[in-house]
Amino acid sequence: MFETYLPVFLMLGVATLVATLMFTLTSLLGPKKPTPEKMIPYEAGSNTTGARHLRLSVKFYLTAILFVVFDIEAVFLYPWASLFRELGWFGFLEMLLFLTILGVTLVYAWKKGALEWEK
Amino acid sequence: MSTGAILLASALKILFIVLVVVGAFAPLLVWVDRRQSAMIQDRVGPHRAGFTLPKDVVKGFDALRLPLLGGSLFAGLLIAVSFAGLFVMGFAGFEDLGGATAKDLYRFALAMLVFGLLLRAGYAVHSNIVEAGGKITLFGVLHPAADAMKMIWKEDFVPARADKLLHALAPVITLIPALVSFAVIPFADVLYLDYWDQVLPVAAEGAAEAVALVGDAVPMQVASLNVGILFIFAVAGTGVIGAAIGGYASDNKFSLMGGMRAASQMVSYEVALGLTIVPCFMMYDSLRLEDMALWQAQNAWGIFLPPLTLAFLLYFTAATAETKRVPFDLPEGESELVGGYLTEYSGLKFGIFFTGEYVEMVAFSALAAVLFFGGWDVPWLYANGFDLPGTWAFTVPLTDWVVSDKIAVTHWVVIALQVGSTLFKIIAFLFLQMMIRWSLPRFRYDQIMSLCWKGLLPIALVNILLTGILILLFD
Repeated sequence: MFETYLPVFLMLGVATLVATLMFTLTSLLGPKKPTPEKMIPYEAGSNTTGARHLRLSVKFYLTAILFVVFDIEAVFLYPWASLFRELGWFGFLEMLLFLTILGVTLVYAWKKGALEWEK
Repeated sequence: MSTGAILLASALKILFIVLVVVGAFAPLLVWVDRRQSAMIQDRVGPHRAGFTLPKDVVKGFDALRLPLLGGSLFAGLLIAVSFAGLFVMGFAGFEDLGGATAKDLYRFALAMLVFGLLLRAGYAVHSNIVEAGGKITLFGVLHPAADAMKMIWKEDFVPARADKLLHALAPVITLIPALVSFAVIPFADVLYLDYWDQVLPVAAEGAAEAVALVGDAVPMQVASLNVGILFIFAVAGTGVIGAAIGGYASDNKFSLMGGMRAASQMVSYEVALGLTIVPCFMMYDSLRLEDMALWQAQNAWGIFLPPLTLAFLLYFTAATAETKRVPFDLPEGESELVGGYLTEYSGLKFGIFFTGEYVEMVAFSALAAVLFFGGWDVPWLYANGFDLPGTWAFTVPLTDWVVSDKIAVTHWVVIALQVGSTLFKIIAFLFLQMMIRWSLPRFRYDQIMSLCWKGLLPIALVNILLTGILILLFD
Protein backbone atom coordinates (compact mmCIF):
# COMPACT_ATOMS: atom_id res chain seq x y z
CA MET A 1 0.00 0.00 0.00
CA PHE A 2 2.66 2.45 1.08
CA GLU A 3 4.93 1.50 -1.81
CA THR A 4 2.09 1.96 -4.30
CA TYR A 5 1.51 5.52 -3.18
CA LEU A 6 5.16 6.42 -2.58
CA PRO A 7 5.67 7.58 -6.20
CA VAL A 8 2.52 9.71 -5.92
CA PHE A 9 3.97 11.55 -2.94
CA LEU A 10 7.24 11.97 -4.83
CA MET A 11 5.28 13.43 -7.76
CA LEU A 12 3.46 15.76 -5.37
CA GLY A 13 6.80 16.86 -3.95
CA VAL A 14 8.29 17.54 -7.37
CA ALA A 15 5.18 19.45 -8.50
CA THR A 16 5.29 21.57 -5.34
CA LEU A 17 8.99 22.17 -5.92
CA VAL A 18 8.43 23.32 -9.52
CA ALA A 19 5.60 25.66 -8.52
CA THR A 20 7.37 27.15 -5.50
CA LEU A 21 10.60 27.53 -7.47
CA MET A 22 8.82 29.60 -10.11
CA PHE A 23 7.08 31.57 -7.37
CA THR A 24 10.26 32.25 -5.40
CA LEU A 25 12.18 33.28 -8.53
CA THR A 26 9.73 36.02 -9.38
CA SER A 27 9.31 37.28 -5.82
CA LEU A 28 13.08 37.41 -5.27
CA LEU A 29 14.16 38.85 -8.62
CA GLY A 30 11.13 40.95 -9.54
CA PRO A 31 11.39 44.65 -8.55
CA LYS A 32 8.85 46.15 -6.16
CA LYS A 33 8.02 49.82 -6.76
CA PRO A 34 4.54 50.44 -5.38
CA THR A 35 2.92 53.81 -6.11
CA PRO A 36 -0.50 54.92 -4.79
CA GLU A 37 -1.94 54.82 -8.31
CA LYS A 38 -0.61 51.35 -8.93
CA MET A 39 -2.08 49.99 -5.72
CA ILE A 40 -5.71 50.81 -6.49
CA PRO A 41 -7.70 47.89 -7.91
CA TYR A 42 -7.19 47.77 -11.64
CA GLU A 43 -10.22 48.80 -13.65
CA ALA A 44 -8.84 49.93 -16.98
CA GLY A 45 -7.46 53.11 -15.44
CA SER A 46 -10.62 54.64 -14.00
CA ASN A 47 -11.34 55.00 -10.30
CA THR A 48 -13.21 52.24 -8.55
CA THR A 49 -16.87 52.83 -8.00
CA GLY A 50 -18.92 50.95 -5.48
CA ALA A 51 -17.92 48.17 -3.15
CA ARG A 52 -15.06 45.92 -4.10
CA HIS A 53 -16.77 42.80 -2.97
CA LEU A 54 -19.96 42.48 -4.94
CA ARG A 55 -23.09 40.72 -3.92
CA LEU A 56 -22.98 37.69 -6.14
CA SER A 57 -25.92 36.00 -7.80
CA VAL A 58 -27.50 33.17 -5.81
CA LYS A 59 -27.08 31.02 -8.93
CA PHE A 60 -23.47 30.37 -8.02
CA TYR A 61 -24.60 28.90 -4.71
CA LEU A 62 -27.23 26.74 -6.40
CA THR A 63 -24.64 25.46 -8.86
CA ALA A 64 -22.42 24.46 -5.94
CA ILE A 65 -25.29 22.50 -4.34
CA LEU A 66 -26.11 20.77 -7.62
CA PHE A 67 -22.43 19.96 -8.03
CA VAL A 68 -22.31 18.19 -4.69
CA VAL A 69 -25.42 16.14 -5.52
CA PHE A 70 -24.33 15.08 -8.98
CA ASP A 71 -20.65 14.59 -8.26
CA ILE A 72 -21.47 12.12 -5.50
CA GLU A 73 -23.70 10.37 -8.01
CA ALA A 74 -20.80 10.13 -10.44
CA VAL A 75 -18.60 8.63 -7.74
CA PHE A 76 -21.30 6.03 -6.99
CA LEU A 77 -21.39 5.11 -10.66
CA TYR A 78 -17.65 4.39 -10.92
CA PRO A 79 -17.43 1.14 -8.92
CA TRP A 80 -20.67 -0.08 -10.50
CA ALA A 81 -19.33 0.63 -13.99
CA SER A 82 -16.07 -1.23 -13.41
CA LEU A 83 -18.01 -4.33 -12.28
CA PHE A 84 -20.74 -3.95 -14.89
CA ARG A 85 -20.22 -7.24 -16.79
CA GLU A 86 -20.12 -9.22 -13.55
CA LEU A 87 -23.38 -7.75 -12.22
CA GLY A 88 -25.29 -8.29 -15.48
CA TRP A 89 -28.97 -7.38 -15.89
CA PHE A 90 -29.57 -7.23 -12.14
CA GLY A 91 -26.95 -4.52 -11.68
CA PHE A 92 -28.27 -2.71 -14.71
CA LEU A 93 -31.84 -2.56 -13.38
CA GLU A 94 -30.62 -1.42 -9.95
CA MET A 95 -28.65 1.37 -11.55
CA LEU A 96 -31.59 2.21 -13.81
CA LEU A 97 -33.62 2.83 -10.65
CA PHE A 98 -30.85 4.99 -9.18
CA LEU A 99 -30.43 6.99 -12.39
CA THR A 100 -34.20 7.46 -12.70
CA ILE A 101 -34.33 9.04 -9.25
CA LEU A 102 -31.47 11.33 -10.23
CA GLY A 103 -33.11 12.08 -13.56
CA VAL A 104 -36.20 13.17 -11.64
CA THR A 105 -33.97 15.36 -9.46
CA LEU A 106 -32.50 16.99 -12.54
CA VAL A 107 -35.95 17.54 -14.08
CA TYR A 108 -37.17 19.02 -10.78
CA ALA A 109 -34.22 21.42 -10.58
CA TRP A 110 -34.76 22.30 -14.24
CA LYS A 111 -38.49 23.01 -13.82
CA LYS A 112 -37.86 25.02 -10.64
CA GLY A 113 -35.56 27.25 -12.68
CA ALA A 114 -32.34 26.37 -10.86
CA LEU A 115 -30.61 25.92 -14.22
CA GLU A 116 -31.77 29.23 -15.70
CA TRP A 117 -29.12 31.95 -15.77
CA GLU A 118 -30.99 34.56 -17.80
CA LYS A 119 -33.31 35.77 -15.03
CA MET B 1 11.72 -4.42 -6.45
CA SER B 2 13.26 -2.75 -3.44
CA THR B 3 11.95 0.59 -2.21
CA GLY B 4 15.12 2.29 -3.39
CA ALA B 5 14.74 0.92 -6.91
CA ILE B 6 11.09 2.01 -7.00
CA LEU B 7 12.08 5.50 -5.86
CA LEU B 8 14.81 5.72 -8.50
CA ALA B 9 12.51 4.50 -11.28
CA SER B 10 9.74 6.90 -10.19
CA ALA B 11 12.18 9.81 -10.02
CA LEU B 12 13.29 9.11 -13.60
CA LYS B 13 9.70 8.89 -14.81
CA ILE B 14 8.72 12.11 -13.00
CA LEU B 15 11.74 13.86 -14.50
CA PHE B 16 10.63 12.73 -17.97
CA ILE B 17 7.08 14.00 -17.39
CA VAL B 18 8.17 17.37 -16.00
CA LEU B 19 10.70 17.88 -18.80
CA VAL B 20 8.24 16.93 -21.53
CA VAL B 21 5.18 18.68 -20.13
CA VAL B 22 6.53 21.81 -18.44
CA GLY B 23 9.76 22.02 -20.41
CA ALA B 24 8.50 21.28 -23.91
CA PHE B 25 4.72 21.12 -24.28
CA ALA B 26 3.83 24.27 -22.31
CA PRO B 27 6.28 26.64 -24.11
CA LEU B 28 5.48 25.10 -27.49
CA LEU B 29 1.76 25.57 -26.86
CA VAL B 30 2.36 29.22 -26.00
CA TRP B 31 4.26 29.53 -29.24
CA VAL B 32 1.57 27.78 -31.33
CA ASP B 33 -1.12 29.92 -29.70
CA ARG B 34 0.61 33.17 -30.54
CA ARG B 35 1.80 32.03 -33.96
CA GLN B 36 -1.72 31.09 -35.04
CA SER B 37 -3.17 34.37 -33.81
CA ALA B 38 -0.45 36.21 -35.73
CA MET B 39 -1.25 34.25 -38.89
CA ILE B 40 -4.96 35.06 -38.59
CA GLN B 41 -4.29 38.75 -38.03
CA ASP B 42 -1.55 38.86 -40.68
CA ARG B 43 1.19 39.88 -38.24
CA VAL B 44 4.78 38.65 -37.93
CA GLY B 45 4.02 37.05 -34.58
CA PRO B 46 6.52 35.60 -32.11
CA HIS B 47 9.47 35.82 -34.45
CA ARG B 48 11.85 38.42 -33.06
CA ALA B 49 13.42 36.56 -30.15
CA GLY B 50 16.75 35.07 -31.18
CA PHE B 51 20.47 35.35 -30.85
CA THR B 52 22.85 36.73 -33.47
CA LEU B 53 26.04 34.95 -34.44
CA PRO B 54 29.27 36.96 -34.92
CA LYS B 55 30.07 38.12 -38.49
CA ASP B 56 33.05 35.78 -38.86
CA VAL B 57 31.06 32.72 -37.90
CA VAL B 58 28.39 33.66 -40.47
CA LYS B 59 31.14 33.97 -43.08
CA GLY B 60 32.35 30.51 -42.13
CA PHE B 61 28.82 29.15 -42.54
CA ASP B 62 28.58 30.87 -45.92
CA ALA B 63 31.87 29.30 -47.08
CA LEU B 64 30.68 25.86 -45.94
CA ARG B 65 27.46 25.97 -47.98
CA LEU B 66 28.99 24.99 -51.32
CA PRO B 67 30.97 21.98 -50.02
CA LEU B 68 27.85 20.73 -48.18
CA LEU B 69 25.71 20.92 -51.31
CA GLY B 70 28.47 19.32 -53.37
CA GLY B 71 28.85 16.56 -50.81
CA SER B 72 25.16 15.74 -50.87
CA LEU B 73 25.10 15.70 -54.68
CA PHE B 74 28.16 13.43 -54.66
CA ALA B 75 26.41 11.07 -52.22
CA GLY B 76 23.45 10.97 -54.61
CA LEU B 77 25.83 10.14 -57.45
CA LEU B 78 27.33 7.30 -55.41
CA ILE B 79 23.84 5.87 -54.77
CA ALA B 80 23.18 5.93 -58.53
CA VAL B 81 26.53 4.22 -59.14
CA SER B 82 25.84 1.47 -56.61
CA PHE B 83 22.42 0.79 -58.14
CA ALA B 84 24.03 0.71 -61.59
CA GLY B 85 26.43 -1.88 -60.15
CA LEU B 86 23.48 -3.90 -58.84
CA PHE B 87 21.85 -3.85 -62.27
CA VAL B 88 25.08 -5.02 -63.89
CA MET B 89 25.32 -7.86 -61.37
CA GLY B 90 21.69 -8.82 -61.91
CA PHE B 91 21.83 -8.90 -65.69
CA ALA B 92 25.31 -10.35 -66.09
CA GLY B 93 24.90 -12.80 -63.21
CA PHE B 94 28.11 -11.81 -61.34
CA GLU B 95 28.42 -12.92 -57.73
CA ASP B 96 30.38 -9.81 -56.79
CA LEU B 97 31.75 -6.71 -58.39
CA GLY B 98 35.41 -6.15 -57.63
CA GLY B 99 35.05 -7.79 -54.22
CA ALA B 100 31.79 -6.02 -53.27
CA THR B 101 28.75 -8.30 -52.91
CA ALA B 102 25.17 -7.20 -53.53
CA LYS B 103 24.63 -6.84 -49.77
CA ASP B 104 27.62 -4.52 -49.52
CA LEU B 105 26.22 -2.36 -52.30
CA TYR B 106 22.82 -2.14 -50.61
CA ARG B 107 24.41 -1.17 -47.31
CA PHE B 108 26.64 1.38 -49.02
CA ALA B 109 23.65 2.92 -50.86
CA LEU B 110 21.66 3.17 -47.61
CA ALA B 111 24.60 4.77 -45.77
CA MET B 112 25.06 7.24 -48.62
CA LEU B 113 21.34 8.06 -48.55
CA VAL B 114 21.47 8.96 -44.84
CA PHE B 115 24.75 10.81 -45.27
CA GLY B 116 23.52 12.75 -48.31
CA LEU B 117 20.26 13.75 -46.64
CA LEU B 118 22.16 14.98 -43.57
CA LEU B 119 24.46 17.08 -45.77
CA ARG B 120 21.47 18.49 -47.68
CA ALA B 121 19.72 19.37 -44.39
CA GLY B 122 22.95 21.03 -43.21
CA TYR B 123 23.02 23.06 -46.41
CA ALA B 124 19.43 24.21 -45.81
CA VAL B 125 20.17 25.20 -42.21
CA HIS B 126 23.36 27.08 -43.19
CA SER B 127 21.52 28.90 -45.99
CA ASN B 128 18.76 29.98 -43.62
CA ILE B 129 21.28 31.31 -41.10
CA VAL B 130 23.25 33.21 -43.74
CA GLU B 131 20.11 34.67 -45.31
CA ALA B 132 18.87 35.88 -41.91
CA GLY B 133 22.22 37.64 -41.38
CA GLY B 134 23.31 35.23 -38.64
CA LYS B 135 20.19 35.62 -36.49
CA ILE B 136 18.90 32.32 -35.16
CA THR B 137 15.18 32.39 -34.32
CA LEU B 138 14.20 28.72 -34.71
CA PHE B 139 10.78 29.70 -36.19
CA GLY B 140 10.14 31.82 -33.09
CA VAL B 141 10.32 28.88 -30.67
CA LEU B 142 12.80 30.90 -28.60
CA HIS B 143 10.07 33.46 -27.95
CA PRO B 144 8.34 31.55 -25.11
CA ALA B 145 11.74 31.12 -23.45
CA ALA B 146 12.35 34.86 -23.73
CA ASP B 147 8.85 35.46 -22.36
CA ALA B 148 9.55 33.32 -19.31
CA MET B 149 12.86 35.14 -18.71
CA LYS B 150 11.07 38.47 -18.98
CA MET B 151 8.37 37.38 -16.55
CA ILE B 152 10.94 36.50 -13.87
CA TRP B 153 12.20 40.08 -13.79
CA LYS B 154 8.79 41.76 -14.07
CA GLU B 155 7.45 43.61 -11.06
CA ASP B 156 6.08 41.24 -8.45
CA PHE B 157 2.81 43.00 -7.72
CA VAL B 158 0.53 42.31 -4.74
CA PRO B 159 -2.56 44.53 -4.37
CA ALA B 160 -2.52 46.69 -1.22
CA ARG B 161 -5.66 45.28 0.36
CA ALA B 162 -5.31 41.76 -0.97
CA ASP B 163 -5.30 38.67 1.22
CA LYS B 164 -1.54 38.19 0.96
CA LEU B 165 -1.43 34.49 1.81
CA LEU B 166 -4.29 33.40 -0.47
CA HIS B 167 -3.05 35.67 -3.25
CA ALA B 168 0.31 33.89 -3.11
CA LEU B 169 -1.17 30.41 -2.76
CA ALA B 170 -3.60 30.60 -5.68
CA PRO B 171 -1.14 30.17 -8.59
CA VAL B 172 0.75 27.41 -6.77
CA ILE B 173 -2.50 25.53 -6.09
CA THR B 174 -3.38 25.77 -9.79
CA LEU B 175 -0.15 24.27 -11.09
CA ILE B 176 0.36 21.42 -8.59
CA PRO B 177 -2.80 19.35 -9.29
CA ALA B 178 -2.37 19.77 -13.04
CA LEU B 179 1.10 18.22 -12.79
CA VAL B 180 0.24 15.55 -10.23
CA SER B 181 -2.59 14.16 -12.37
CA PHE B 182 0.09 12.84 -14.76
CA ALA B 183 1.10 10.32 -12.08
CA VAL B 184 -1.33 7.65 -13.32
CA ILE B 185 -1.11 8.23 -17.10
CA PRO B 186 0.53 5.16 -18.70
CA PHE B 187 3.03 6.10 -21.39
CA ALA B 188 3.81 2.54 -22.54
CA ASP B 189 3.31 -1.12 -21.74
CA VAL B 190 5.18 -2.73 -18.84
CA LEU B 191 8.96 -2.84 -19.31
CA TYR B 192 10.58 -6.16 -18.37
CA LEU B 193 14.08 -5.17 -17.31
CA ASP B 194 15.66 -8.61 -17.93
CA TYR B 195 14.48 -8.67 -21.55
CA TRP B 196 15.22 -5.07 -22.52
CA ASP B 197 17.68 -5.94 -25.30
CA GLN B 198 15.88 -8.99 -26.70
CA VAL B 199 12.65 -9.72 -28.49
CA LEU B 200 10.06 -10.42 -25.79
CA PRO B 201 9.10 -14.15 -25.78
CA VAL B 202 5.38 -14.58 -26.49
CA ALA B 203 3.29 -17.75 -26.45
CA ALA B 204 2.87 -19.34 -29.87
CA GLU B 205 -0.52 -19.08 -31.50
CA GLY B 206 -2.97 -21.53 -29.96
CA ALA B 207 -0.76 -22.23 -26.95
CA ALA B 208 -2.72 -22.80 -23.74
CA GLU B 209 -0.49 -20.85 -21.37
CA ALA B 210 1.29 -17.54 -21.70
CA VAL B 211 5.07 -17.47 -21.40
CA ALA B 212 6.05 -16.70 -17.81
CA LEU B 213 8.27 -13.60 -17.79
CA VAL B 214 10.76 -13.39 -14.97
CA GLY B 215 12.57 -10.47 -13.37
CA ASP B 216 11.57 -6.93 -12.51
CA ALA B 217 8.65 -5.37 -14.37
CA VAL B 218 8.60 -1.57 -14.49
CA PRO B 219 5.21 -0.02 -15.27
CA MET B 220 5.59 2.94 -17.63
CA GLN B 221 3.57 5.24 -15.38
CA VAL B 222 4.61 6.91 -12.16
CA ALA B 223 2.11 5.08 -9.94
CA SER B 224 -0.07 2.12 -10.80
CA LEU B 225 -3.13 2.83 -8.63
CA ASN B 226 -6.23 0.66 -8.48
CA VAL B 227 -8.36 3.82 -8.32
CA GLY B 228 -6.56 5.33 -11.36
CA ILE B 229 -9.21 7.52 -12.89
CA LEU B 230 -10.69 8.55 -9.52
CA PHE B 231 -7.25 9.82 -8.54
CA ILE B 232 -7.14 12.06 -11.61
CA PHE B 233 -10.56 13.54 -10.85
CA ALA B 234 -9.81 13.95 -7.15
CA VAL B 235 -6.58 15.80 -7.92
CA ALA B 236 -7.76 17.78 -10.93
CA GLY B 237 -10.81 18.86 -8.93
CA THR B 238 -8.57 20.80 -6.55
CA GLY B 239 -7.51 23.02 -9.45
CA VAL B 240 -10.77 24.89 -9.08
CA ILE B 241 -9.67 26.18 -5.68
CA GLY B 242 -6.73 28.02 -7.25
CA ALA B 243 -8.91 30.01 -9.62
CA ALA B 244 -11.55 30.69 -6.98
CA ILE B 245 -9.26 31.97 -4.22
CA GLY B 246 -7.14 33.84 -6.77
CA GLY B 247 -10.23 35.81 -7.71
CA TYR B 248 -11.35 36.20 -4.11
CA ALA B 249 -8.00 37.32 -2.68
CA SER B 250 -7.21 39.94 -5.34
CA ASP B 251 -9.51 42.63 -3.91
CA ASN B 252 -10.87 43.54 -7.32
CA LYS B 253 -14.45 43.05 -8.39
CA PHE B 254 -13.50 41.82 -11.84
CA SER B 255 -11.17 39.27 -10.29
CA LEU B 256 -13.94 38.17 -7.97
CA MET B 257 -16.41 37.80 -10.81
CA GLY B 258 -13.85 35.89 -12.87
CA GLY B 259 -13.04 33.63 -9.94
CA MET B 260 -16.72 32.89 -9.28
CA ARG B 261 -17.35 32.21 -12.93
CA ALA B 262 -14.34 29.92 -13.07
CA ALA B 263 -15.40 28.03 -9.95
CA SER B 264 -18.99 27.63 -11.11
CA GLN B 265 -18.04 26.58 -14.62
CA MET B 266 -15.34 24.18 -13.50
CA VAL B 267 -17.44 22.35 -10.92
CA SER B 268 -20.34 22.06 -13.39
CA TYR B 269 -18.17 20.61 -16.12
CA GLU B 270 -16.41 18.35 -13.64
CA VAL B 271 -19.74 16.60 -13.09
CA ALA B 272 -20.33 16.33 -16.83
CA LEU B 273 -16.75 15.15 -17.37
CA GLY B 274 -17.07 12.50 -14.68
CA LEU B 275 -20.30 11.14 -16.17
CA THR B 276 -19.28 11.19 -19.85
CA ILE B 277 -16.48 8.69 -19.29
CA VAL B 278 -18.47 6.14 -17.25
CA PRO B 279 -19.24 4.14 -20.47
CA CYS B 280 -15.47 3.63 -20.81
CA PHE B 281 -15.22 1.84 -17.47
CA MET B 282 -18.22 -0.31 -18.35
CA MET B 283 -16.53 -1.30 -21.60
CA TYR B 284 -13.01 -1.82 -20.21
CA ASP B 285 -14.09 -3.37 -16.88
CA SER B 286 -11.55 -1.40 -14.87
CA LEU B 287 -10.68 1.92 -13.29
CA ARG B 288 -6.96 1.40 -13.89
CA LEU B 289 -5.71 3.42 -16.84
CA GLU B 290 -3.10 0.79 -17.80
CA ASP B 291 -5.83 -1.87 -17.97
CA MET B 292 -7.90 0.39 -20.22
CA ALA B 293 -4.98 0.89 -22.62
CA LEU B 294 -4.27 -2.86 -22.60
CA TRP B 295 -7.94 -3.71 -23.27
CA GLN B 296 -7.96 -1.37 -26.25
CA ALA B 297 -4.67 -2.80 -27.55
CA GLN B 298 -6.12 -6.31 -27.40
CA ASN B 299 -9.63 -5.52 -28.66
CA ALA B 300 -10.41 -2.21 -30.36
CA TRP B 301 -9.80 1.46 -29.69
CA GLY B 302 -12.64 3.01 -27.72
CA ILE B 303 -13.41 5.59 -30.38
CA PHE B 304 -14.46 2.81 -32.77
CA LEU B 305 -17.11 1.42 -30.39
CA PRO B 306 -20.31 3.42 -31.06
CA PRO B 307 -21.38 4.40 -27.51
CA LEU B 308 -17.83 5.51 -26.76
CA THR B 309 -17.69 7.63 -29.91
CA LEU B 310 -20.51 9.70 -28.45
CA ALA B 311 -18.78 9.62 -25.07
CA PHE B 312 -15.63 10.99 -26.69
CA LEU B 313 -17.48 13.95 -28.24
CA LEU B 314 -19.04 14.76 -24.87
CA TYR B 315 -15.72 14.28 -23.09
CA PHE B 316 -13.86 16.54 -25.49
CA THR B 317 -16.42 19.33 -25.08
CA ALA B 318 -16.42 19.00 -21.31
CA ALA B 319 -12.62 18.85 -21.14
CA THR B 320 -12.29 22.02 -23.22
CA ALA B 321 -14.68 23.76 -20.84
CA GLU B 322 -12.95 22.33 -17.77
CA THR B 323 -9.63 23.79 -18.91
CA LYS B 324 -11.37 27.13 -19.54
CA ARG B 325 -10.23 27.25 -23.15
CA VAL B 326 -11.96 29.17 -25.92
CA PRO B 327 -14.95 29.03 -26.59
CA PHE B 328 -15.44 28.51 -22.83
CA ASP B 329 -12.97 31.13 -21.54
CA LEU B 330 -15.59 33.29 -19.83
CA PRO B 331 -13.68 33.42 -16.51
CA GLU B 332 -10.99 35.52 -18.17
CA GLY B 333 -13.22 37.15 -20.78
CA GLU B 334 -11.10 40.23 -21.37
CA SER B 335 -13.87 42.20 -23.09
CA GLU B 336 -15.99 42.24 -19.90
CA LEU B 337 -13.75 41.29 -16.99
CA VAL B 338 -10.33 42.84 -17.86
CA GLY B 339 -8.48 39.59 -17.18
CA GLY B 340 -10.84 37.78 -14.85
CA TYR B 341 -9.13 36.25 -11.84
CA LEU B 342 -5.74 36.93 -13.49
CA THR B 343 -6.22 40.72 -13.41
CA GLU B 344 -4.13 41.41 -10.30
CA TYR B 345 -1.35 38.94 -11.07
CA SER B 346 1.93 39.89 -12.69
CA GLY B 347 5.30 38.43 -13.49
CA LEU B 348 5.89 34.72 -13.12
CA LYS B 349 2.88 34.41 -10.77
CA PHE B 350 0.77 35.07 -13.83
CA GLY B 351 3.14 32.72 -15.63
CA ILE B 352 2.38 29.92 -13.16
CA PHE B 353 -1.36 30.29 -13.82
CA PHE B 354 -0.59 30.25 -17.51
CA THR B 355 1.63 27.17 -17.28
CA GLY B 356 -0.98 25.47 -15.11
CA GLU B 357 -3.64 26.03 -17.76
CA TYR B 358 -1.47 24.54 -20.49
CA VAL B 359 -0.36 21.61 -18.32
CA GLU B 360 -4.03 20.91 -17.58
CA MET B 361 -4.69 20.90 -21.32
CA VAL B 362 -1.92 18.36 -21.86
CA ALA B 363 -3.28 16.24 -18.98
CA PHE B 364 -6.79 16.10 -20.41
CA SER B 365 -5.38 15.35 -23.87
CA ALA B 366 -3.36 12.49 -22.40
CA LEU B 367 -6.48 11.20 -20.67
CA ALA B 368 -8.41 11.37 -23.95
CA ALA B 369 -5.64 9.39 -25.65
CA VAL B 370 -5.76 6.70 -22.96
CA LEU B 371 -9.55 6.49 -22.69
CA PHE B 372 -10.52 6.60 -26.35
CA PHE B 373 -7.47 6.22 -28.60
CA GLY B 374 -5.73 3.16 -27.23
CA GLY B 375 -3.18 4.98 -25.05
CA TRP B 376 0.23 3.60 -26.00
CA ASP B 377 -1.13 1.22 -28.63
CA VAL B 378 0.58 1.39 -32.02
CA PRO B 379 -1.48 -0.23 -34.79
CA TRP B 380 -0.10 -3.70 -35.69
CA LEU B 381 2.66 -3.49 -33.07
CA TYR B 382 2.66 -6.34 -30.54
CA ALA B 383 4.94 -7.09 -27.61
CA ASN B 384 7.31 -9.00 -29.89
CA GLY B 385 7.17 -6.84 -33.00
CA PHE B 386 5.04 -5.78 -35.93
CA ASP B 387 2.45 -8.06 -37.48
CA LEU B 388 1.29 -6.12 -40.51
CA PRO B 389 -2.03 -7.00 -42.18
CA GLY B 390 -2.01 -9.89 -44.64
CA THR B 391 0.51 -12.65 -45.09
CA TRP B 392 3.25 -11.77 -47.49
CA ALA B 393 6.98 -11.99 -47.90
CA PHE B 394 9.46 -11.03 -50.57
CA THR B 395 13.16 -11.41 -51.00
CA VAL B 396 15.36 -8.42 -51.77
CA PRO B 397 16.82 -9.11 -55.28
CA LEU B 398 20.33 -10.63 -55.35
CA THR B 399 20.39 -11.25 -51.55
CA ASP B 400 18.87 -13.66 -49.06
CA TRP B 401 17.21 -10.84 -47.07
CA VAL B 402 13.49 -11.50 -46.58
CA VAL B 403 10.95 -8.78 -45.81
CA SER B 404 7.64 -10.16 -44.51
CA ASP B 405 4.48 -9.04 -42.68
CA LYS B 406 6.08 -10.08 -39.35
CA ILE B 407 8.98 -7.94 -38.21
CA ALA B 408 10.60 -8.82 -34.87
CA VAL B 409 11.33 -5.75 -32.75
CA THR B 410 13.53 -5.60 -29.64
CA HIS B 411 11.67 -4.99 -26.36
CA TRP B 412 13.11 -1.55 -25.62
CA VAL B 413 12.35 -0.36 -29.15
CA VAL B 414 8.75 -1.53 -28.73
CA ILE B 415 8.48 0.47 -25.49
CA ALA B 416 10.08 3.52 -27.14
CA LEU B 417 7.63 3.28 -30.06
CA GLN B 418 4.74 3.09 -27.59
CA VAL B 419 5.93 6.18 -25.70
CA GLY B 420 6.24 7.94 -29.06
CA SER B 421 2.71 6.85 -29.95
CA THR B 422 1.30 8.28 -26.69
CA LEU B 423 3.10 11.58 -27.23
CA PHE B 424 1.92 11.72 -30.84
CA LYS B 425 -1.71 11.24 -29.76
CA ILE B 426 -1.36 13.96 -27.11
CA ILE B 427 0.10 16.34 -29.69
CA ALA B 428 -2.75 15.57 -32.10
CA PHE B 429 -5.31 16.51 -29.43
CA LEU B 430 -3.44 19.67 -28.49
CA PHE B 431 -3.36 20.64 -32.15
CA LEU B 432 -7.12 20.11 -32.39
CA GLN B 433 -7.69 22.28 -29.29
CA MET B 434 -5.46 25.00 -30.74
CA MET B 435 -7.42 24.98 -33.98
CA ILE B 436 -10.66 25.35 -32.00
CA ARG B 437 -9.07 28.19 -30.01
CA TRP B 438 -8.87 30.46 -33.03
CA SER B 439 -11.94 29.17 -34.88
CA LEU B 440 -14.87 29.62 -32.52
CA PRO B 441 -16.28 32.76 -30.88
CA ARG B 442 -16.93 32.88 -27.14
CA PHE B 443 -20.22 31.65 -25.62
CA ARG B 444 -22.40 33.64 -23.24
CA TYR B 445 -22.22 32.50 -19.62
CA ASP B 446 -25.81 31.27 -19.46
CA GLN B 447 -25.21 29.31 -22.67
CA ILE B 448 -22.19 27.60 -21.11
CA MET B 449 -24.12 26.60 -18.01
CA SER B 450 -27.14 25.34 -19.91
CA LEU B 451 -24.90 23.42 -22.31
CA CYS B 452 -23.54 21.58 -19.29
CA TRP B 453 -26.66 20.98 -17.18
CA LYS B 454 -29.26 20.71 -19.94
CA GLY B 455 -27.08 19.28 -22.70
CA LEU B 456 -24.05 17.21 -21.73
CA LEU B 457 -25.37 15.89 -18.42
CA PRO B 458 -28.67 14.32 -19.65
CA ILE B 459 -26.98 12.98 -22.80
CA ALA B 460 -24.22 11.46 -20.68
CA LEU B 461 -26.75 9.76 -18.40
CA VAL B 462 -28.65 8.34 -21.39
CA ASN B 463 -25.36 7.23 -22.94
CA ILE B 464 -24.52 5.26 -19.79
CA LEU B 465 -27.81 3.36 -20.00
CA LEU B 466 -27.39 2.87 -23.76
CA THR B 467 -23.89 1.44 -23.27
CA GLY B 468 -25.24 -0.88 -20.58
CA ILE B 469 -27.96 -2.24 -22.85
CA LEU B 470 -25.56 -2.68 -25.77
CA ILE B 471 -22.98 -4.52 -23.66
CA LEU B 472 -25.59 -6.82 -22.09
CA LEU B 473 -27.21 -7.62 -25.45
CA PHE B 474 -24.13 -8.13 -27.61
CA ASP B 475 -21.41 -9.27 -25.25
